[in-house]
Amino acid sequence: MVSPAFNPGPGGQLPPTAYRGIMADLLRRVAERADPAAFRELYETYGPRVKAYMMRKGADAGTAEDLAQETLLTVWRKAALYAGDRGSTTTWVFAIARNLRIDRLRREVPWQELPEWRLAEPAEDAQPDEALAEKQQQARLRAALADLPADQQQVVTLAYLEGLSHSEIAARLALPLGTVKSRMRIAYQKVRDALEDPA
Amino acid sequence: MTITHHLDAATLMSFAAGSLPSALAAVAAAHVAMCPHCRREVAMLERIGGTLISALAPAQLDHSQPAMPQTTRAASPTPVAAAAGEIPTPLAPLIGGSLDAVAWRWIGPGLRHRRLPLRGEGSLQLIKASPGASVPEHTHGGSEITLVLRGALSDSSGRYGPGDVADVDGDIEHTPVADPEAGCICVIATEAPTRFRGLIARLMQPWHGL
Repeated sequence: MVSPAFNPGPGGQLPPTAYRGIMADLLRRVAERADPAAFRELYETYGPRVKAYMMRKGADAGTAEDLAQETLLTVWRKAALYAGDRGSTTTWVFAIARNLRIDRLRREVPWQELPEWRLAEPAEDAQPDEALAEKQQQARLRAALADLPADQQQVVTLAYLEGLSHSEIAARLALPLGTVKSRMRIAYQKVRDALEDPA
Repeated sequence: MTITHHLDAATLMSFAAGSLPSALAAVAAAHVAMCPHCRREVAMLERIGGTLISALAPAQLDHSQPAMPQTTRAASPTPVAAAAGEIPTPLAPLIGGSLDAVAWRWIGPGLRHRRLPLRGEGSLQLIKASPGASVPEHTHGGSEITLVLRGALSDSSGRYGPGDVADVDGDIEHTPVADPEAGCICVIATEAPTRFRGLIARLMQPWHGL
């Protein structure tokens, strides 16, 4: 059974500050003047969640700790590449952790570049107030994921957190491959609609 | 280069999630490097990952203080190179600098092949089809993604030029044919272990019947 990823209950959510652009401010302080206090806050926010993410893929606690430390070390080293970007800090941390997980736990090539530059490409619908738009979009995204039917949440969670391929999800849930893919497509369409809905 | 055939949304989601089998991820990365549309999709899908990771119950860290080495901070950004020429950046280390320098191996009438080295799941190969040659599908079940690098392929679902991907379920029958003038060079990723032996057998079948 898949543990609920979207409604984790007390203690499972990032502190509210994370959604008010404060993480981006901390990252900027790290980027501009290597501010240790700002970095400690990022570390305390993301470190424990990245460690939990590594453990979901089957890493033992020691390995997960190492990978969490390495993820945050990458944030420290590369903060200057990312600050000022329109993407969210959380997304960037996720991408770093994801690539490390592929490299170390799957021992495969992480084919994806980190999104620091990719996200900097102009969006099709650039918002006049990006900070506000980002905050609204994060709220919409969380709500859209929470609103997904359980069977769609399940495939999304298995892909993102357990790191299972389509075929592995199909085997785990005893479903045809096509069903797994169509649940993902529908889930994505709903999330995308929620992000693009101006209402 | 106008890209009209994109990656399936489920493929993009698993790619962003980091859970696509390695061979499929390589070809997905190559297409994404060539396709601004799919780059935006991946950026949006990565945000789902950020949101999910945020919602995880935190694990206790052993180290209360982070490491902050002063000497190794990246000083200036290094822009990620966009796809240049015919070979998309992610595949360049596997293919080399030019499609004209590939050491092809004959596998059937009008068809040449080169297996690409891959760490991880699945198999990855370059296929060079002469003008008018058909490129038979060679997996049974599992997923398969074909990315055109030069020339074009056509089948009942349309024409696939450079940068286009055919991302179809393994149980759909399709036999694309290389452009009658330019032929085609494409890279095919399969999730299942390589069935090269089976491929040769299938390719040779009509000739054995002669």
